[in-house]
Amino acid sequence: MERFSFIFLVAGVCFFALAFAVSGWIPMLPVRDLEVRTVEQLAEQPPLEFFELKEQYPEAYARAFGELPDVAAFAKALRAGHKTYVAEGCWHCHSQQIRPWGGDEARYGAKSYPEEYHNELNMPPLWGTRRIGPDLIRRGGNQSNDWHVAHFYHPPDTTPRSVMPSYPWFYEDDGLTPNATGLSIIAYVQWLGSWQTRIQETVYDLSVIESSYPAPSIEGPPRAAPSESESTTEGEDFFDEN
Amino acid sequence: MADRPVEIGDSRPHEAGSPGHRPLVNQALVKWHLVCGLSWLGLALIAGLLYSLQLIQQWPLPKIAELSPGRIRMIHTNLIAFGFLTNSFLAMLYWTVPRLTGRRVASNTLGAVICFAWNAIIAATWIGLHLGEAQAVEWGETPVWVDPLVVVGAILVWIQFYHPIIKSSERAMYVSLWYFSAGFIWLGLTYIMGNFFPEYVVAGTAAGPLLGLYIHDLVGLWVTPMGWGMMYFFVPIILRKPIWSHALSLVGFWGLAFFYPLQGVHHFLGSPIPMFAQYSAVISTIAIEIVVTTVVINFFMTWRGSESSLRTSIPIRWFWVGTLCYAITCFQCAFQVTLTFQQVIHFTDWVVGHAHLVMFGVFSFWIFGMIEHLWPKLTGNEWWSSGLRRWNFWLTSLGLGAMFLTLTASGIAEGFMSMNLVDRSTILEVVRPFWIVRTLTGLSIIGGFSCLAVNVVMTARGSRRRHIDTEYAPFEQSGGEEAALGAV
Repeated sequence: MERFSFIFLVAGVCFFALAFAVSGWIPMLPVRDLEVRTVEQLAEQPPLEFFELKEQYPEAYARAFGELPDVAAFAKALRAGHKTYVAEGCWHCHSQQIRPWGGDEARYGAKSYPEEYHNELNMPPLWGTRRIGPDLIRRGGNQSNDWHVAHFYHPPDTTPRSVMPSYPWFYEDDGLTPNATGLSIIAYVQWLGSWQTRIQETVYDLSVIESSYPAPSIEGPPRAAPSESESTTEGEDFFDEN
Repeated sequence: MADRPVEIGDSRPHEAGSPGHRPLVNQALVKWHLVCGLSWLGLALIAGLLYSLQLIQQWPLPKIAELSPGRIRMIHTNLIAFGFLTNSFLAMLYWTVPRLTGRRVASNTLGAVICFAWNAIIAATWIGLHLGEAQAVEWGETPVWVDPLVVVGAILVWIQFYHPIIKSSERAMYVSLWYFSAGFIWLGLTYIMGNFFPEYVVAGTAAGPLLGLYIHDLVGLWVTPMGWGMMYFFVPIILRKPIWSHALSLVGFWGLAFFYPLQGVHHFLGSPIPMFAQYSAVISTIAIEIVVTTVVINFFMTWRGSESSLRTSIPIRWFWVGTLCYAITCFQCAFQVTLTFQQVIHFTDWVVGHAHLVMFGVFSFWIFGMIEHLWPKLTGNEWWSSGLRRWNFWLTSLGLGAMFLTLTASGIAEGFMSMNLVDRSTILEVVRPFWIVRTLTGLSIIGGFSCLAVNVVMTARGSRRRHIDTEYAPFEQSGGEEAALGAV
């Protein structure tokens, strides 16, 4: 009982193995059949905001992603955005999980479920343990790209009393145009939760809606981007295609 | 090489004088690990202060990528875990294990290699985090290319310290050695589980429990066993009497070994992890309360009858306050782990306060107690300034206490506002005063640390008085301290 070998084997090895089985291996069993999706699979349907980024910052986009087809470019953006999200420690102040209690659902949306975490970008999962800023798992599309561009540069400008740091190295030298890192992190953040929106898209058949209403005008408030006319027509084409 | 005597050695009376004798304890290694540990602590404290300044929107450094507050935060936690705590524990092991086993560590050369390699690993982690190479494992953000080196480091530690323990295994083992024997293997297993499986093998909900286990086991299966073993060694030595109950300390050991590793999932209550795993973590966390109480009782019952030691002995003061913090932390654990509490406090400053209380208020305070006790013996000089020792104690302990209170209060406010859907900018407005106080408490802790650092350096450089070893010499002359420690 008081010999080294007994302590080493029973306490050191066996109890550790038991705990690994009970709280590591058994909780894996209910989800063992879920497919772990690669970034390429995740990127098959880029959210609208990614195409918007391409229109808004064509030169920066070309520098970041070259002539890659949209899906490949989006996969590249997701990987780079995820790396930035981890490297900058975003996950220490923003959680990515919505609990079934504590007002989480009212504040941030439907509670988290296992399938949405079974992918390459959640190895390891970015659930987080602290919320100084909001939860992000359903935030994609909540704000426009323009908002994110302004926000990452100096967060208190868009969010009063925000204590989030500034990230001027997400921008090119002009301090206005996001560089490859900036485009990627915006693409990543806008992607979070977009799978939830897509579920709704399959419910409503857009072609029916389009045929019963006159084509909507896209000439909203003018954009500040210099390539305004060009981007507007591209947007129309995109809208028509879809 | 291994047989060559070390130049700076302790002079155990019954060994000194024998031709070609090698001292039992390699004091140079103890000293070097302590110096490295304290240096990393200084850096970690500055990192913590900087991050708290960001939270009150007073960031003092240029806004460049390498100095981003998010990266500084990871540096703060990693330098504490691997830089300060682990280095100090290695120093403690070089001092205690040979004394408890009567054998030297495996090799002094290996000791030098471990000391260099381990601190090179920490330096690589530090620089890697500045450069944006973090890994998304909380408390294990060490870049993925450093992870294998940490495992190699753990294996070297096994060789170094299992050697004397196994060689002396014919004798009954004092409880500190129980903790060390299990703690070494746990460090390796925990690190492999937390840093490799979620990164390369499993994803999402299957990986989440392993992350929780890693966060918890690094505290529970590395820092805690080393800390308890340290406390059970030094407190009886300083108070010059055996621990109150050897049996109770064994209950504590088996309870820790059985219940602690089962609790990891409690870091992700409410996540998509299956509820049976969450409930089991909650129950075993409440069970560990019993285990922890044994340590607290054992300390205070040992101390009872020596109440004046609080006035006369600064090491005992640190151990005493540390144990008091431990009682508070663990009392907190049993409540905050329930789902009722979790709804409110899970994502708030409450948890930050709890983490500081246990990592700084308990284990770092115990380490300060050990340093207070050991440094004069290592340098041969009495402490340079007794005023600085007292200033260190009061600034650090009052600072930590105030930090714990302010973070707990802001956590409760934040939690209830968040639950009641209060606007986030209002929440930030409400917690800002708490955060300002937190920065001030951090300054107090840094002030305390500065006193310690100055005192450590000046004592090493020379002092008015030579230190006379009153703790070890009489025991060692009368045939080893094992009897005095009350080992069976």
